[in-house]
Amino acid sequence: MSDIVLQASAVTRDFDISRPLLQRVLSGEPKRTLRAVDDVSFAIERGTTLSLVGESGCGKSTIARLAVGLYRPSTGDISFEGHPLSAARAQASLRRKMNMIFQDPYASLNPRWRVRDIVAEPIRAFAILASQKDITDRVGQLLSQVGLSPADGEKYPHEFSGGQRQRISIARALSSEPDFLVCDEPTSALDVSVQAQILNLMRDLQQRLGLTYLFISHNLAVVRHMSDRLGVMYLGRIVELGAGETLFRAPRHPYMRLLLEAIPDLAMVGRTRTPVGGEVPSPINPPSGCPFHPRCPLANDRCRTEKPIHTLIETTEIACHAIAEGRA
Amino acid sequence: MPLLEVENLIVEFPTRRGLLRAIDEVSFTIDPGEVLGVVGESGAGKSLTGAAIIGLLEPPGRIAGGQIRLNGARIDTLSPERMRPIRGRQIGAIFQDPLTTLNPLYSIGRQLVETMQTHLPLSDRDARERAIQWLEDVGIPAARHRIGAFPHEFSGGMRQRVVIALALCAEPRLIIADEPTTALDVSIQAQIIALLKRITREHGTAVMLVTHDMGVIAETADRVAVMYAGRIAEIGPVRDVVLTPAHPYSEGLMGSIPSLEHRVDRLRQIDGAMPRLTAIPQGCAFNPRCPKTFARCMTERPALLPAGPTRSACWLHAEAAPHV
Repeated sequence: MSDIVLQASAVTRDFDISRPLLQRVLSGEPKRTLRAVDDVSFAIERGTTLSLVGESGCGKSTIARLAVGLYRPSTGDISFEGHPLSAARAQASLRRKMNMIFQDPYASLNPRWRVRDIVAEPIRAFAILASQKDITDRVGQLLSQVGLSPADGEKYPHEFSGGQRQRISIARALSSEPDFLVCDEPTSALDVSVQAQILNLMRDLQQRLGLTYLFISHNLAVVRHMSDRLGVMYLGRIVELGAGETLFRAPRHPYMRLLLEAIPDLAMVGRTRTPVGGEVPSPINPPSGCPFHPRCPLANDRCRTEKPIHTLIETTEIACHAIAEGRA
Repeated sequence: MPLLEVENLIVEFPTRRGLLRAIDEVSFTIDPGEVLGVVGESGAGKSLTGAAIIGLLEPPGRIAGGQIRLNGARIDTLSPERMRPIRGRQIGAIFQDPLTTLNPLYSIGRQLVETMQTHLPLSDRDARERAIQWLEDVGIPAARHRIGAFPHEFSGGMRQRVVIALALCAEPRLIIADEPTTALDVSIQAQIIALLKRITREHGTAVMLVTHDMGVIAETADRVAVMYAGRIAEIGPVRDVVLTPAHPYSEGLMGSIPSLEHRVDRLRQIDGAMPRLTAIPQGCAFNPRCPKTFARCMTERPALLPAGPTRSACWLHAEAAPHV
């Protein structure tokens, strides 16, 4: 039995962005949909981290929500520990095995609850522990685990800094004893020195508790630090998926190369570079063929008309005609 | 002679709980054509320093000490009426969010023309021609056709280009750019940085670039000032501050940034967080988080001391130097 925690097969998610019915009928407009996630497949092995990276609007947060069942796929299947996700969500013993950490630690904690109640909520919801004393002990233990003190449980969220709040979010996510955590930009709202603390903590916890992460970020350097495997997204599609180190050392897809070229890095002191032109097109009106072709230096007529399918090249899955044809 | 001189600048906020000192004796200079990067974490006082220079401190914040001189003349003591023509003509500003900088009810052409005509003696036709020229300069395609367009018709990256054109169109000598690329995606960010570098080089404009993104600074700035709790912790040439920082805080900060070039097992971390303004520790403000503290750090506040090619506010450098 292979140890795949989460598997997504050909998942697509559409959103209806039509105007209200009456207006639509009066002006004779058709229904309009936005395809936020388009034919995405991936698998995450137990104890590893899969990261998804891409610019705004590429669909990475939609996948985060699909992965914990907050959205249902329009087509395609997601399975969690071998069970279909919808069945797993319906069963408390499986549902508690997955949890989520959000981007904004100011918005994701209820300001009117004490920290001990915030952290204990999943324990109570899943009836993991019964006696008040056991719950108090467990909350204290969880707070120590994330580098806070058990006495902090008496305080309210506003008494903590952004980094400490993110630690509280992590303690809450861990309280249902999950195997799988979806982390949607967990450090984007934090300063760099605090970001380093949180990233170190997340890796320590992964090693200690054998956690599996789906890690969503727009920051490639953070992603490189965290991931075992990496998926690069563009306009709802994964364009390159493979081992993190391989993708960083030898990026193949033109978009991944563009991204790596564009990111300012400390090692770039004094160097100048030629930035790549163009912007991410609107997902409401995606380009025909390969969605990246308007910005791609390797695009030809085939790229403009035909959507590339995923091809396995060595250990990396790539969706690009130019690479498949050996033009790059 | 430096274009901008900031000397012992102090900014205070009177509150019910007493006076808060948000900027505490900050001094630096910027030469014509130079890019000075100002970095630090949230609350370090970077943006406030910029706001104090362009005379846009939000009351009750006020300059409580020190001097700001532009071309040798003091600008911190000017009345709002006398400061207004300097802002725009001499000092331009670019802010983080391009949507709130632009007026949504005016076409971008009208905003450019109005800004230029406020500061420069131009006829309507000349101003319009120049506005088109500026839009082309900042890389807006089909500028002649898009000059009548409104801000909402542009994407985020294009709007930030318009904001840059707006800041530069009166040909100021100094630009204060406060997080100009933070709201943008990385590929757009690279384009905007390249644009800012090219235009300031062509026009010899000096730039104070405020950002928390060390990568942007590394690529853009000539010199860097690292701020911590309202003071400059270290200032010097970009290469030295980024690659061989002297101050323990700059060292920790650079080490805590994950790198694209190589992967490490653990990031270097600075424990704790920056103190609140109400609870700045005695002595060096960094002492509770510093791995190298000794007795003097707890009692005396260090001034900027020479530390190799940079200057660093840390007693370590006084210990290393011969006693006088």
